[in-house]
Amino acid sequence: MQLYLPIADLPVNVFLVLAMGAAVGFVSGMFGIGGGFLMTPLLIFIGITPAVAVASVASHIAASSFSGALAYWRRRAIDPALASVLLCGGVTGTALGVWTFTQLRALGQLDLMIALSYVVLLTTVGSLMFSEGLRALMRTRRGAVPPRRTHNWIHGLPLKMRFKRSKIYLSVIPIVIVGILIGFIGAIMGIGGGFILVPIMIYLLRVPTSTVIGTSMVLTLVTMLFATLLHAVTNHLVDAVLALILMVGGVTGAQFGARAGQKIRGEQLRLLLGLLILSVGVRFAIELVIRPEDLFTIRELGVNG
Amino acid sequence: MRAALAVLLVLLLGSVARAERLIVSVSNHRVTVTPNYSGEELVLFGSVEKDASTPADRKTYDLVVTVMGPRADMVTRRKERTFGIWINTDYRQFLAVPSYLALFANRSFEAITSPEIARRQQIGLNNVLLTQRVSGDYADVVPNDAFRSAFIRLRTQRGLYREDPSAVTFLTSTLFRTGIPLPAEVPIGTYEVEIKLFADGAFIGKTETAFEIVKVGFEQFVATTARQNGLIYGLVTAAMALMTGWMASIVFRKD
Repeated sequence: MQLYLPIADLPVNVFLVLAMGAAVGFVSGMFGIGGGFLMTPLLIFIGITPAVAVASVASHIAASSFSGALAYWRRRAIDPALASVLLCGGVTGTALGVWTFTQLRALGQLDLMIALSYVVLLTTVGSLMFSEGLRALMRTRRGAVPPRRTHNWIHGLPLKMRFKRSKIYLSVIPIVIVGILIGFIGAIMGIGGGFILVPIMIYLLRVPTSTVIGTSMVLTLVTMLFATLLHAVTNHLVDAVLALILMVGGVTGAQFGARAGQKIRGEQLRLLLGLLILSVGVRFAIELVIRPEDLFTIRELGVNG
Repeated sequence: MRAALAVLLVLLLGSVARAERLIVSVSNHRVTVTPNYSGEELVLFGSVEKDASTPADRKTYDLVVTVMGPRADMVTRRKERTFGIWINTDYRQFLAVPSYLALFANRSFEAITSPEIARRQQIGLNNVLLTQRVSGDYADVVPNDAFRSAFIRLRTQRGLYREDPSAVTFLTSTLFRTGIPLPAEVPIGTYEVEIKLFADGAFIGKTETAFEIVKVGFEQFVATTARQNGLIYGLVTAAMALMTGWMASIVFRKD
């Protein structure tokens, strides 16, 4: 069934988009991530311009992270204090990101920036996660105990605050910086950033695993809602029809993914996710390096009269 | 009606020297883009009316139909290899060029008229005026210019630019028809149709008609809201996201 997308200005097959939403939703439910890093490239692949894809995926991620956040809230697995400090940074970062997005679009380098950030970020995070998962897997094989967590330089920073639910005592500076970073790249790349945020919170900020996913989902939810709003106001690129189809597919797929994820062990899950992220990054890298099929591209600057 | 007749009369008197008159009509003057729109084909019908001053030995005519969509500014960019990766470097801006452009004829453009007249009457994609901004100046460039030909090639690939020298068929020696294919991703707006008549290589007259392509209903509503009330549109989309997420958490609640 064909449906005409009003903002993307092209007809798409509803079932194809629904299936894409469900597939990405499955993956995101399984790994507890937003799945934007998969969804945005997929949309670009079916012919939607990178700009519209990035802007529309934001609202899709908002929907899936809201249903996730609700579930974690019921289980009291969200740290409200930590979430609010993260959000201060996140909102600032998102605003900066959308502004940069608009500037790059005017310069004609947006597509390149999106591709480049995908390559750099995904290959780095992917390989880190993959090697970490591999090491963890080998450790459990050998029956060794994981190394004890020690305090690092981050814990020496001033402006410390007590986060009761997470049971940590931490400076707000690194938290706000992390928020800004995630908000910024999220707005430019059309990703929630959960797959970067969770490792940072665990390894750098030492947030206990009990509250980390729920809290990161709150940040994702708010930054993505804010990104949707800003993209709609400044660039008029959010395709609500596309977003709705993706959301419906996504939230459904996520439920089944979450159930499947519970059957797999943590280390294996991280290994798989690392591999997945890495392969998306490599795909973007290949695209940048090989000679494109067509060296020319056209962009319409708007109809006059 | 009377006004129309008067206009016709003036046109007739004005074109007495030309001797032929073109009467055309398109099958649909208002194409609506609905949710299940996936391309359409319009039909243009017409006839060549002779009158007393038409030379008696003039038997065959040639026709060139030009369909032009709403005009827009466009930028063509060229990628070049820089530091091992392909980056947009050079670009050229096309000013107020048709977003849709189709040229149809009953036989090849070369056979219809001389290169000189073809250029003056903008017959063929190579002769259509595509104004570029070239270092502060506004001009068209030679047909084989890299940017110009890439621009036409890309638009043709998307079905938005086309030329077909066999699309016009003469049903009788004076009655003709042609199809106007509109692709799925058709630009919205007013389309001008120009029908140019040739006989023995000479340009002997033209007429114009138009049709419009409009988004209706929901599509139109969404598109205009997004452009004019960005804030409300964004808020509604955000609310929609929250609703969907909330509904999902209720529907799939495990207990």
